[in-house]
Amino acid sequence: MTAPRPAPPIAMLAELTHRCPLACPYCSNPLKMVAREGEIGTEAWADIFAQAAKLGVLQLHLSGGEPASRRDLTDLVRAARDVDLYVNLITSGIGLTEARLRELDAAGVEHVQLSLQGVNAGIADLIGGYKGGFDRKMQVARMIGEIGMPLTLNAVMHRHNLDDLPQTLDMAVELGARRIEIACVQFQGWALKNRAALQPTREQVAQAKALVDQARRDMRGTLVIDFVPPDYYADYPKACMGGWGSTGLNVTPDGTVLPCHAAETIPGLTFQNATEVPLDQIWYDGAAFNAFRGTDWMPEPCQSCSRREVDFGGCRCQAMAIVGRAEATDPVCKLSPDRPKVDALLTENAESAAGGTTEDFIYRRLEPVRAR
Amino acid sequence: MSVPALLRGVRVKQDTVRDMPVLLGPERALMLDPIGAAILDRVDGERDLDGIVVDLAAAYDAPADVIRGDVEAFLSDLADKRLLEMRT
Repeated sequence: MTAPRPAPPIAMLAELTHRCPLACPYCSNPLKMVAREGEIGTEAWADIFAQAAKLGVLQLHLSGGEPASRRDLTDLVRAARDVDLYVNLITSGIGLTEARLRELDAAGVEHVQLSLQGVNAGIADLIGGYKGGFDRKMQVARMIGEIGMPLTLNAVMHRHNLDDLPQTLDMAVELGARRIEIACVQFQGWALKNRAALQPTREQVAQAKALVDQARRDMRGTLVIDFVPPDYYADYPKACMGGWGSTGLNVTPDGTVLPCHAAETIPGLTFQNATEVPLDQIWYDGAAFNAFRGTDWMPEPCQSCSRREVDFGGCRCQAMAIVGRAEATDPVCKLSPDRPKVDALLTENAESAAGGTTEDFIYRRLEPVRAR
Repeated sequence: MSVPALLRGVRVKQDTVRDMPVLLGPERALMLDPIGAAILDRVDGERDLDGIVVDLAAAYDAPADVIRGDVEAFLSDLADKRLLEMRT
């Protein structure tokens, strides 16, 4: 049986740099980050953008780290617009002055996604590990509004701020955001290291779901709410990346092309670099992209499951992290033989939640350091 | 009189790879079928809803009340997604 040729990707996440003034303990960047010296240059990115557009990518997410840490950000935006990609800037806001925002606007940024660590300086600066970050971010949010750039707030939620969900939604409306992502922490990257300190409680999750349902009705036409629930509490896994190698790709600061953020945690996969191998070849023929594409790779109970093309077996990196085998069914699934491992982790996390505090955070740094 | 207009940061692009028009907006890419494309062709922030319906009815030789239902449903879905607004 020959598999049909995969569809072209829709979105590309360009992690321009791993440098970032913030140190959020749930950062999706890998534990082993690329230093500034390893970053590829303006021309190399421009070439990758052109290849991506030709391949069928429509949406380009400029991210990091903090993309504003790149001094050539405006040039990169221009290069992306030159090949007619839709340009989304994913930022913490730190490092963006009004002059720089206006320059980015003129260069063609079409939408800004601003991260939100909390609804007040107390929690936000504790999470971001950057004093004054919250106040600065609020200034940037208002400047974005004044310039008129479409704004999405990306509120990353966990045990220490999920109870602030109503205020978080109010803040989005107050700042004039059209969209908000209530993104409950997914346990990959740095978040996996901080799982015990971040895992919300079952009660928090139930309440958040009810609040989101209500808010979606109340705020229809005003605010679009995208909700990413904490998947450990789910019965079925998330359709990670909409299926491996099906809709999107990530490029890291040194040009390595990944099927998802955390793919480098899977041993045995080799990743190609877009400065060395043409992007279309990596997408269609790359071993890493074909490793879990489609359904042929699936074990039981996925292989005969009616949901196999709904959730695609869930998240490979999660299977790796919890079960120790990337080709296992995502252990979050209630049909997985490994579900008891997830339940045991939840029990363990609930016990540590009783006594655990934010002092246990391991902040994201080039070298991991303890909070205090 | 209500005039539909795409919000800032929302645009139609002819996707030459997939050979179809797509509507691009914040974190969204919607592949447009010929009906959606025909409606959005006429959404320019100047023409009002009535004008768009009359024009489509003539172009497709279809009853205006049927067309109106389709157009209203399509536009109100985009408004809910915060991609379009109805200006009065």
